[in-house]
Amino acid sequence: MSLWFWVVAAVAVAYATKLSGYLLPRRLLDRPVVVRMATGLTIGLLASLTILNTVGKGQAIVLDSRLLALAAAAVALSLKAPYLVVVLVGALAAALGRLAGLP
Amino acid sequence: MRTALTPATRMGLSIAAAVGVYGVSFGALSVGSGLSVLQTCILSLLMFTGGSQFAFIGVIGGGGTGAAAWAAATLLGVRNGVYAISLKTLIEPPGRVVPLMAHLTIDESTATATAQTDHDERVRGFWTAGVGIYLLWNASTLVGALAGDAIGDPRRWGLDGAAVAAFLGLLWPRLKGRDPVALAVVSALVTVMVLPVVPPGIPVLVAAAATTVWWAWQHRRGLRT
Repeated sequence: MSLWFWVVAAVAVAYATKLSGYLLPRRLLDRPVVVRMATGLTIGLLASLTILNTVGKGQAIVLDSRLLALAAAAVALSLKAPYLVVVLVGALAAALGRLAGLP
Repeated sequence: MRTALTPATRMGLSIAAAVGVYGVSFGALSVGSGLSVLQTCILSLLMFTGGSQFAFIGVIGGGGTGAAAWAAATLLGVRNGVYAISLKTLIEPPGRVVPLMAHLTIDESTATATAQTDHDERVRGFWTAGVGIYLLWNASTLVGALAGDAIGDPRRWGLDGAAVAAFLGLLWPRLKGRDPVALAVVSALVTVMVLPVVPPGIPVLVAAAATTVWWAWQHRRGLRT
């Protein structure tokens, strides 16, 4: 299946999810368990994506300059840097690592 | 002009200015992950929920299939449905604005609306943040996508490091308290453990499933979340 298909499918479902909260009867969705699940799911997915982008390379675990990016971003975040600065710090750390000859 | 700004519109505008520009990083990372400039812009225009957009391109960039990217983006979008419920309760929007309001229902517009105490202010906060971010996010996505297209090898510019930072930046504000941190650690460990044995893109979904089970189990034990 082409990438376009999945782009369109993801776009459609994202909108349907948003709309469902307005249209479905409240008793279906407005339960503590649904809210808790959504909160947990969000944290779990973002944590997984973070580590995946840090050490994943296809099916292999590769330790390289992306670890520097993770550490640098964590420092920037703990210093309450704005989001865009955090992203730039991450890029800078990885780029400097490669400049220094690290993988 | 100053008199036209209420606390809610002022908050909405500041949030829009702060958040809207990071569409640049999404645009650049998206073309770096292998999506075209058009596909990248379609995601920002029509999906319009940063976390899911980053998830989609993150899975594709990691070699995952379109189906895995779809699933990760969809699961990460579930929280928007929950936001919609609380906004519907708080604002009670007329039916004709619901289709547009749904599209603008994201982390930031919800936060701006729920931070207000007065009904009209909530409405103003929602629309100011939602429309403001929509315009800036899409403009900056295009800028980032064109720039990402022009710079060539993403690794040399540390763009893979930018992706790491982008995800950590989305995760960080949600790590308030011990349980969310434990949850994030469990999810990261599961991801690393299954990474070598399942196809690319699937570890995220395994981690999501494990996370949900763990969260539900915590709840059963009566631990506070």
